[in-house]
Amino acid sequence: MAVVFQKTKGLTDTPFHYCPGCTHGIIHRLVAEVMEELDVLDKAIGVAPVGCAVFAYDYFSCDMQEAAHGRAPAVATGIKRVHPDKIVFTYQGDGDLAAIGTAEIVHAAARGENITVIFVNNANYGMTGGQMAPTTLIGQETLTTPYGRKAEVNGYPIRMSEMLSTLEGVAYIERVAVYDVKHVMQAKKAIKNAFLAQIQKKGFAMVEVLSSCPTNWGMTPVEALNWIKDHMEPYYPLGVYKNTLEEVK
Amino acid sequence: MAKVLMKGNEALAEAAIQAGCRHYFGYPITPQNEVTAYMAKRMPEVGGVFLQAESEVSAINMVYGAGGAGARVMTSTSSPGLSLMQEGISYLAGAQVPCVIVNIMRGGPGLGDIQGAQGDYFQSTKGGGHGDYRLIVLAPSTIQEMADLVQEAFDIADEYRNPVVILGDGMLGQMMEPVDFENIQKRKRDIPEKTWATTGRGNREHRNIINSLYIDPPVLEKYNYQLFEKYAKAEKNEVRYEMINCEDADVILVAYGTIARVAKNVMNIARREGYKVGLIRPISLWPFPKEPFEKTVNTAKAYLTVEMSMGQMVEDVKLAVQFKKPVYFYGRPGGMIPEPSVMLEQIRKIAGGVK
Ligand SMILES: Cc1ncc(C[n+]2csc(CCOP(=O)(O)OP(=O)(O)O)c2C)c(N)n1
Ligand code: SF4
Ligand SMILES: [Mg+2]
Repeated sequence: MAVVFQKTKGLTDTPFHYCPGCTHGIIHRLVAEVMEELDVLDKAIGVAPVGCAVFAYDYFSCDMQEAAHGRAPAVATGIKRVHPDKIVFTYQGDGDLAAIGTAEIVHAAARGENITVIFVNNANYGMTGGQMAPTTLIGQETLTTPYGRKAEVNGYPIRMSEMLSTLEGVAYIERVAVYDVKHVMQAKKAIKNAFLAQIQKKGFAMVEVLSSCPTNWGMTPVEALNWIKDHMEPYYPLGVYKNTLEEVK
Repeated sequence: MAKVLMKGNEALAEAAIQAGCRHYFGYPITPQNEVTAYMAKRMPEVGGVFLQAESEVSAINMVYGAGGAGARVMTSTSSPGLSLMQEGISYLAGAQVPCVIVNIMRGGPGLGDIQGAQGDYFQSTKGGGHGDYRLIVLAPSTIQEMADLVQEAFDIADEYRNPVVILGDGMLGQMMEPVDFENIQKRKRDIPEKTWATTGRGNREHRNIINSLYIDPPVLEKYNYQLFEKYAKAEKNEVRYEMINCEDADVILVAYGTIARVAKNVMNIARREGYKVGLIRPISLWPFPKEPFEKTVNTAKAYLTVEMSMGQMVEDVKLAVQFKKPVYFYGRPGGMIPEPSVMLEQIRKIAGGVK
């Protein structure tokens, strides 16, 4: 019988630990498929975050380093400066990238560090049980905003893609979502571009993925996907924020 | 190249380059700025990488990435910067990433001042970061020794897969002395290949992973025991110290780094006055040299520890002496230098007129 579908070689056989309906798994698969299609698995070095994706080093079939919370862009910088011809990527949550690791991501982008960043925005701290993240929406209830996030107290959610795309060193930034097939396909294209930017040595590339956290949002998987579309997307518009690629495929 | 006259900070940077260090990540801070400036100039000449990070937090994590990727990598800083690096240092130790970290200490606490001081002994030798780990800490007292130890530090780091700290102070960093790079004193070692480094999988069957997360407690316990086997080996093989005039000494001065030079002069003056004074100079602060104390505790009457702090190493001296003899202390904080005259006075008092 002809094989019509196979799991990507970019993932190991270790089963994901993610909650049912969590889109971290889809994003992992897209990253792995892109690396396989670009034939870079043998020269890829990934950096896992602290967050729900902390075990990413068990899942991607390439060499991996586990970074301290928020420091993945600095760790990736160290790796890339040793191996400029290898493919280096980070996989980070919104607490990791937009709170504790803000300095590291901003300066990696400003330096035009030739790395690829996969930024998973799920509007909360998933791993620690659902606290406010810098990306938590106004009015959103979390463990640390039990009465809803209030601008007077907590300020406003950060739009990282918009902010980073103002930096000269950035080659590619796109915000995508993975709540339906069409968007999953677009997300994969964006992730591919973000790796291509690195292959073409264009500079810093990031894909922000709006992602679900049904467990901490207190929703069913389907409700969570709809919540992304109805609540996150209006505040975090999808689209390409910067693109200096030679030939966008 | 014969001997060259160099500042301590520049000599240590050059020593690192000669030891094969090709990656340096740092953030400016006085009194170690000459290291960053020297590296910025020299690294491009030797095809290496100098990168000024946005903070010491970032610098130490770049060190983690580069060291984990197999490079000989170094960072340098001074006291406040070392505080910022503590999280990263714990991760480096936990993931067994070799690297060299230089701390050219200044007065504290807080912003303190920029004079040389020795207030970071506890921080360097007793952890500083979280968790059960040890760093190998080497404290030179001359610029030649600084060059020697920096080169040795890279070898030790690679042999043990552990961060090694060079603990100097502002005075040692700023002063000039002749250095001979052709006759560097270091031991012969079996340095294993870095088969564990994340270099990209290539044709390798297995993946390499740099990590300190072991979520299952029994597994983490076992991993910690493995680390401590390694530390035990270091305690056996990496102890360094200098011992002068201790055979007949009644009073033994104990000092490391810059102030050990002053203590040595004081010892000589006291000897000329007829007092039997010796000197123990720990060079490895961790592992702390217990041996010179075991050798002298039955013959010496007392020890006098001198530090450029309010007393930190003195606790290790007391542990080594095990209350068998009195251990006195004299120190000054804030980047002030302990006075030779006060040391002499203390020696006379401790010796109690016994010449
Ligand atoms: C220095 C430090 N502070 C706090 C934590 C606890 N912590 C672990 S994960 C996390 C938040 C992760 O949230 P995010 O980056 O959004 O990832 P997610 O789990 O949502 O994917 C926090 C605060 C830590 N591990 N280290
Ligand atoms: S807590 Fe949220 S982000 Fe984490 S695995 Fe579960 S659903 Fe996913
Ligand atoms: Mg999150």
